[in-house]
Amino acid sequence: MTSQMGDPGQLGHFGSFGGQFVPEPLMPACIELEAAFRDAWSDPAFVDEYRSILRDYGGRPTPLTYCKRLSEELGIELWLKREDLAHTGSHKINNVIGQALLTKRMGKKRMIAETGAGQHGVASATAAALLGLECVVYMGEVDTVRQVLNVFRMELLGARVVPVTSGSRTLKDAVNEAMRTWVAEVDTTHYCLGSVMGPHPFPWMVREFQRIVGDEAFGQCNQAFGVPDYVVACVGGGSNAAGMFAGFVDSTAKLVGVEAAGGAAISAGSPGVLHGMRSQLIQDDMGQIQEAHSISAGLDYPGIGPEHAHLAEIGRAEYVSAHDQEVLDALQRLASREGIIPALESAHALAWVLRAAGKEIPAGSRVVINLSGRGDKDVAQVLSILKGESA
Amino acid sequence: MSAPDLATTLAAAKASGRKILIPYVMAGMTDDWIEVIHAAFAAGADAVEVGLPFSDPIIDGEVIQRAAIASLDRGTTAPSVLAQLAAEVFAGPIVVMTYFNVISHLGIERFCGLAKEAGVTGAIIADLSLEEIGPWANVGDAAGIATVMLVAPSTPVSRTKLIAERSRGFVYAVARMGVTGVRSELGGDMESVVGKIKEASTLPVCVGIGVSSPEQATSVAAVADGVIVGSALVQRLLDGQGPQGAAEFIASLRQAI
Repeated sequence: MTSQMGDPGQLGHFGSFGGQFVPEPLMPACIELEAAFRDAWSDPAFVDEYRSILRDYGGRPTPLTYCKRLSEELGIELWLKREDLAHTGSHKINNVIGQALLTKRMGKKRMIAETGAGQHGVASATAAALLGLECVVYMGEVDTVRQVLNVFRMELLGARVVPVTSGSRTLKDAVNEAMRTWVAEVDTTHYCLGSVMGPHPFPWMVREFQRIVGDEAFGQCNQAFGVPDYVVACVGGGSNAAGMFAGFVDSTAKLVGVEAAGGAAISAGSPGVLHGMRSQLIQDDMGQIQEAHSISAGLDYPGIGPEHAHLAEIGRAEYVSAHDQEVLDALQRLASREGIIPALESAHALAWVLRAAGKEIPAGSRVVINLSGRGDKDVAQVLSILKGESA
Repeated sequence: MSAPDLATTLAAAKASGRKILIPYVMAGMTDDWIEVIHAAFAAGADAVEVGLPFSDPIIDGEVIQRAAIASLDRGTTAPSVLAQLAAEVFAGPIVVMTYFNVISHLGIERFCGLAKEAGVTGAIIADLSLEEIGPWANVGDAAGIATVMLVAPSTPVSRTKLIAERSRGFVYAVARMGVTGVRSELGGDMESVVGKIKEASTLPVCVGIGVSSPEQATSVAAVADGVIVGSALVQRLLDGQGPQGAAEFIASLRQAI
């Protein structure tokens, strides 16, 4: 049987979504990259190097943790896939190691990347340092101010951070600027896209580099109890969810993606074309793209990966959303009950589970959340919000 | 209300040996953008490229981005632009330039209907690749809208042939790898891109992206059938030079080719 998250073919279509909507100067690079990835991913030596680095350097496999106290409180069995324990603090490392290796394999010496909160930027800078590549990260000017420590981290790692001053000066514009730069430097430079978005082959390639999360979790669940009833992950562009879902899509588990309420591309969006892909987008009635707003910069993207739009359309996955306040509550509850401070992004997934346990999620269900990242980067922001609340 | 047909006009220009000049104007960027189009034709433009603004223009540099934002801030929409064009009689053909979401969100059939009523006979859709052109192509052809395709320095020869076959009206030769904008030098790619297209097609070949001065226009005209000038004109309009400033600049380009 072919997987429901399989090879999307040479044109990268997921049902009516995906594709390659880029200006002609970039098309040859997309075609070259698709061929290079296809070749590398079927080369055991490449796959072995990728897995070895993630094991010996990245800290894989990450554990599957049972949440005893929260499970008792909620009346369900709650498990966490601990991507917060991966090197650099999130699942982002899985993708960048893959793409950095591919960059070298294509004979390029330079990577550019976009970043919102800074997680993908830090991961890209890390992979570039490890493999001896030059790295330039495009980051919205607004985000460089909000995430000043991550800017410094990237610089410590040897990357150059370029503040983007066009448009809304956030993630969407960082992607625009990275693509504009890629046009001019495509001969020497790989664009290390951070999520399952953009033109083919990125949505497929990034999902494949992230499926190690789902494959591991599937095996770990199997060993612990069997197949879970629910697999839940937060979704911005959707790379941690895509990797997680890929491990469970052909099982009986229900798949749930949790978007930020202020950037819910599936429930509040409509089909459109942006950043090289056809997907669900938050746009006005004339097709102009709107800004997304939430407490977590990593989910502030007005679109979603095309494969998620497809999984929603065929009903294989369900997409819900969480509000800022319940996300803050979820973060504090996981911290106080289990001793784990999640990233604000990942706290969206938990927020929905807290709301749905005993309701949409029947009592006694086995629920696995992909805890995509750790919350250290968000502690200062959470502090200032909570202080503001009590004042 | 009407404008001459793009493909017919440019084919005739090429046959007569007249070099083609296509200035670019961002629709709705100023109050007098329609007058700028009339002034452009009066100053020697063979066709005018009319930009329909999009929030995320990934092939455009800073100048066109600023014009797009200014236009969107003024409330410009694709239907409002096409309605304004429909009320005019132009001395030369109009080719619109935009991004696919502006068209697909409106609906391809509806867009083509409005464009046809507006007298638009050409479309450059920056992010619509050969791979994804299917749903658009037949509807555009049926509405008499010539789909102008881009060939870049990075485009291989075999792919150039496929693109040239699918292109209508003219083939847009991308002068250099990069986004739109004023450049002091055109670089060495331009001649080989034009040569590649000429091998594959008898359509007129017009060069754009980075062409900004009369001197550059002269060197382009020496190898290609035509010149497209965008950012350098839009910058003048952003500076408030208006239809008269546009006309003087376009006349200087006309003279140079």
